[in-house]
Amino acid sequence: MKDSPGLHLKTYVLILFIAFFAPLGNVLLSKGMKTIGSARNWEPRQLFHILSQILASGYIWLGIACLLAFFIAYMLVLTWADYSYVQPASSFAYAVVAILGLLLLGEKVNLLRWFGIVVICVGVFIVGHTHPRTTEKT
Amino acid sequence: MLELTFLFFIIGAGTGGELCVSHAMKLVGEVHDFRPAAIMQFVGRAARVGWMWVGISLMTLAFFSLLAMLSMENVSFVVPITALSYAAGTIGATMFLREKVSRQRWLGVLVVCIGVTLVWLSRR
Repeated sequence: MKDSPGLHLKTYVLILFIAFFAPLGNVLLSKGMKTIGSARNWEPRQLFHILSQILASGYIWLGIACLLAFFIAYMLVLTWADYSYVQPASSFAYAVVAILGLLLLGEKVNLLRWFGIVVICVGVFIVGHTHPRTTEKT
Repeated sequence: MLELTFLFFIIGAGTGGELCVSHAMKLVGEVHDFRPAAIMQFVGRAARVGWMWVGISLMTLAFFSLLAMLSMENVSFVVPITALSYAAGTIGATMFLREKVSRQRWLGVLVVCIGVTLVWLSRR
């Protein structure tokens, strides 16, 4: 990764984008699925009804759009930044999803869950600080 | 029980799908040219690899399992739990892609698993 202020700014902006749009996509999918109802009934007719409701839900399509935006940003940033830099930096998405769940969906997030999320972020950070390539180049 | 089944599909099919796509991408080769025409050619080459379609099918299964799980559980529970894919991915990468995983990466995976356990325990 070449060291220039412009490149750093571009990287930070896209990582912020990634850490916001991936959780937002999941929160919107969650909101959509909560309005559709629990997928516990596996009768073919009920399943078809749920599937048609999924396809008709604005929240689901918005969620998919956010996840697509995240995916494009992720692929873009990986064209110049190291995977081992991007992966740990975007691990904050796990904390952001809890914050968005709390603020947008009114979910109750207890202390143990916050602690677990922080531990996951630390784990992802450690994984991200290992060498990204362990096989020979083909 | 149903939640565990969906979790199995999210982690198993999701990671399996990523491994298949990763294997397919290695067969296609590294991208050096990022011009639109070259990227289209690259996508065309990738679409002719069978592993790519197996991967996409598995990832689709994982996506619908995620939707089903989100209809039953809070997003602040489901998404952190999916971090288990780091463990499944690391195990799969050593077994199927023959990647050499360092001790530090195993340590990171262990820490992720501890975090997931804590989130699981926070369920109710």
